[in-house]
Amino acid sequence: MRRPGPTRVRRPGRSLTLTALTGIVLVYSLVPLIWLLVNATKSQQGLFSSFGLWFAGDFALWDNVVETLRYDDGIFLRWLGNTLLYVLAGAGGATLLATLGGYGLAKFDFVGRRAVFAIVIGAVAVPGTALAVPTFLMFSRLGLTNTPWAVIIPSLITPFGLYLMWVFAAEAIPDELLEAARCDGASEMRTLFQICLPLLAPGIVTVLLFSMVATWNNYFLPLIMLKDPDWYPLTLGLDAWNAQAATAGGQPVFHLVITGSLLTILPLLAAFLLLQRYWQSGLAAGGVKE
Amino acid sequence: MNGTISRAVAVAAAATLALAGCGSGDDPTDAAGDEQISAADVRAALQAGGELTVWAWEPTLAEVVTGFQAAYPNVTVELVNAGTGDDQYTALQNAIAAGDGLPDVAQIEYYALPQFALAGSVTDLTGYGAGDLADTFTPGPWSSVNTGGGVHGLPMDSGPMALFYNQEVFDEHGIDVPATWAEYVDAARDLHRADPQVYITNDVGDAGFTTSLIWQSGGQPFQVDGTEVSIDFTDDGSARFADTWQQLISEDLLAPVSSWSDQWYQGLADGTIASLATGAWMPANLISGVADGAGKWRVAPLPQWDAGGTASAENGGSSLAVPSAAANRALAYGFIEYANAGDGVQIRVDGGAFPATTAQLQSPEFLGAEFAYFGGQRANEIFAESAGDVVDGWSYLPFQVYANSVFNDTVGQAYVSDTPLTDALTAWRDTCVSYGTDQGFTVS
Repeated sequence: MRRPGPTRVRRPGRSLTLTALTGIVLVYSLVPLIWLLVNATKSQQGLFSSFGLWFAGDFALWDNVVETLRYDDGIFLRWLGNTLLYVLAGAGGATLLATLGGYGLAKFDFVGRRAVFAIVIGAVAVPGTALAVPTFLMFSRLGLTNTPWAVIIPSLITPFGLYLMWVFAAEAIPDELLEAARCDGASEMRTLFQICLPLLAPGIVTVLLFSMVATWNNYFLPLIMLKDPDWYPLTLGLDAWNAQAATAGGQPVFHLVITGSLLTILPLLAAFLLLQRYWQSGLAAGGVKE
Repeated sequence: MNGTISRAVAVAAAATLALAGCGSGDDPTDAAGDEQISAADVRAALQAGGELTVWAWEPTLAEVVTGFQAAYPNVTVELVNAGTGDDQYTALQNAIAAGDGLPDVAQIEYYALPQFALAGSVTDLTGYGAGDLADTFTPGPWSSVNTGGGVHGLPMDSGPMALFYNQEVFDEHGIDVPATWAEYVDAARDLHRADPQVYITNDVGDAGFTTSLIWQSGGQPFQVDGTEVSIDFTDDGSARFADTWQQLISEDLLAPVSSWSDQWYQGLADGTIASLATGAWMPANLISGVADGAGKWRVAPLPQWDAGGTASAENGGSSLAVPSAAANRALAYGFIEYANAGDGVQIRVDGGAFPATTAQLQSPEFLGAEFAYFGGQRANEIFAESAGDVVDGWSYLPFQVYANSVFNDTVGQAYVSDTPLTDALTAWRDTCVSYGTDQGFTVS
C-alpha cells in the first residue's frame, strides 16, 4: 500500500519568450519612474547639463522638495489639499453610488432593468473627453463652474464602476443568503450593511482604486471647469508651472515640476500598497466552483 | 498624446463657442457701445472701489497689483493665471459664450486682439480716455490695439525684434555676426559644417516667427477692411522670406526642436542652438531659464533683408483689454491705465519687462542699463532702436488665433517633408480662406 502523495499540480513550463516579453514591459513601465526619481535630485541647471538617466554632480532633492512646497506662497500644498478633497468626495462618492446601484441592479428584479443595463453599457463606451464640453455648458448654466462642485459632481458618476459592482454583486452574493436573511427578519438595510458589504469588499476596493486613480489624474475636466488657481488640483497646477517656461518673461521651473510630479505620485503609491491585499483576495471570487 | 487630443478638443470647442458668441453676443456689445464713460467716472470708480478679477499670465503684474492696491486702497484685485496664450483665449471664449465667470480685465496678445474686437467681445476704450494716449505708446503696439475701428485694449509690452547669439560658439568656429539674412544662411552652413551638433537656430514651424519675418521684409499677406479679408502669400515680402528659409530647411540647418520645450532650453544652455531672432522680452527668459549662458550671449540688431537697411518687426507682445460684458468696466479701465500707462509701467520695467511706452523707452536710465548676462552690453539701446524701426502697415487676421492653430498642420509640412515652403504657405492660406468664409467673412 502506498500512501497517496500530495496532489501534483502541473506547472506550466518556463517560457523564455514570455520572460523576455514581461521583462520588456517591466522596463518600459519602470524607466519613467526611475527617470523621475533621478531627475528630482537635480537643480534646474543640472537638468540641462547632465545625462537624463543618471545623477548630476549636485544632489538637490531636499532643496527641490523644500522649494516646491514654498514656491509661490506654498500653493503646492493647497493644490494637494484640493486633490485630496476631489478624491475623497469624488472617488469616495462614486464608489458608494456604484456599490448601492450595482447591488440593487444585481439583487432586485424590477421593471426597466434591461433598459438600465443598456444605458450603463452605452455610457461606458462614451469617453469622458467627449462629454466635457456639454458638461461645461450645463454647469455654467447652473452657475457651478469655477467651484469645486464642478469637479466633484461629474466624478461621482462612473458607469464602469457601476457595471463592475453589478457583476461582482451578482457573483459574490448568493441569492440563498439574502433569502435566509429575510427569513430571519433582517431589514433590507441591515442585510446590505451587515451581510453583503463584507462580501462585496474586494469589489468595492477595486472600484475605489479605479476611481481614485481616475480622479487623482483627472486633467481635462478641471482644465475647462476651473479658472481660479486656488481650486486647481495638482495636475492643473503642475501644468501651470510647466507653462511658465513657455511665456515671454516667465520663469521656467522644470526642477519644481519634476519634484512636484514625484510628490504627486507618492500618495497614489501608498494607496495601492495599503489597499492591494483587499483587492487581491477578491480576484479569485467566482473563479472556483465550491 | 493625450495633451494633443485635449488641445484639439479645446480648440474645436473654442471655435464652436466663438461661433455661438457671434450669434448671441450682440446685445451686451450694443449696450457697451452706447455707454460713455469719462475720465472723471473712472476716477470716481477708483475712489469708490470694488473688486476686480484680472486674467493674466505676465509675471510682473503681481507687483503692479500690489502698487495699485496701495494707491487705491478701496479696490481689491484678484490676479488669476487662467492659462497661457491659447488656453486663456479658450477659457475667455467659453466664459463669453456662457455669459458667466468673465474677468474684468484680460491679457490678450496683439495677434489675438482683432478676433475679440471684431466679435464685440472686448470694450472699445476710446471714450474712456484711451483715445488721448496715442503719444504715450510706441507706434507698433499702438497700431496693434487700434483694431476693428477703436482702441480695444492698452499695450502692455512690446517685442521689437533683435538677434540674440551665443558669442562663445560664434567665436569658437570663427563666425561673424550676420548683418543680413543672406549672411545668416551662410553662417548657418559654416557653423553646422564646423560642428554637426550645432545649429544656428531652431525652427519646426512657428506662426508668430514666420509672420514676424514677413512683416520685417515688408510683406502684407493679411489685408483687413471690416469683414473683407484678403490673404496672399505671393507678395514680394512673403516670397523673399520663403526663398531664404527654404534654404535653411532643405539643407537641414535648423535644429528640429520646438521653442519653449525643455530641449530648447537645453540647446540654448549647451550651445547647440547658437542664436535666436526674437522679441526684446527674451532677456528675462534667458536670465531665468538659461543661467548657464550668462556672459556668453550677446545682442545684435535683427539681420536685414536689404544690406544696410534698418527694418524691424514685432514678435509677441500683449495688451490688457476689458471684456464687453465685464461687471465694472470703469474700474477695469482705471486698472489697465495704471498698469500700462501710469505708475505700473515703471514697476514692470524694474521687474524686467519690456515697455511699450515712449517715456520709458527713451529714458537714459533704461537705455543705459548694462546687462551682466550679455557681458555688460547696453542691450536696451538695440531694442529701443528696433522699436522705432518697426515696419508700418502690418495687420493680423481677425481670426489669427485659429490661423495660428492650424499653422503646423499646413506650413509645418514644409519642415518635415519635401513640400516646398511656398506650397505650404498656400495650403495655410486655403485653410484660412475656407474657415474665414465659414465664419461669415468675405475672404479672397
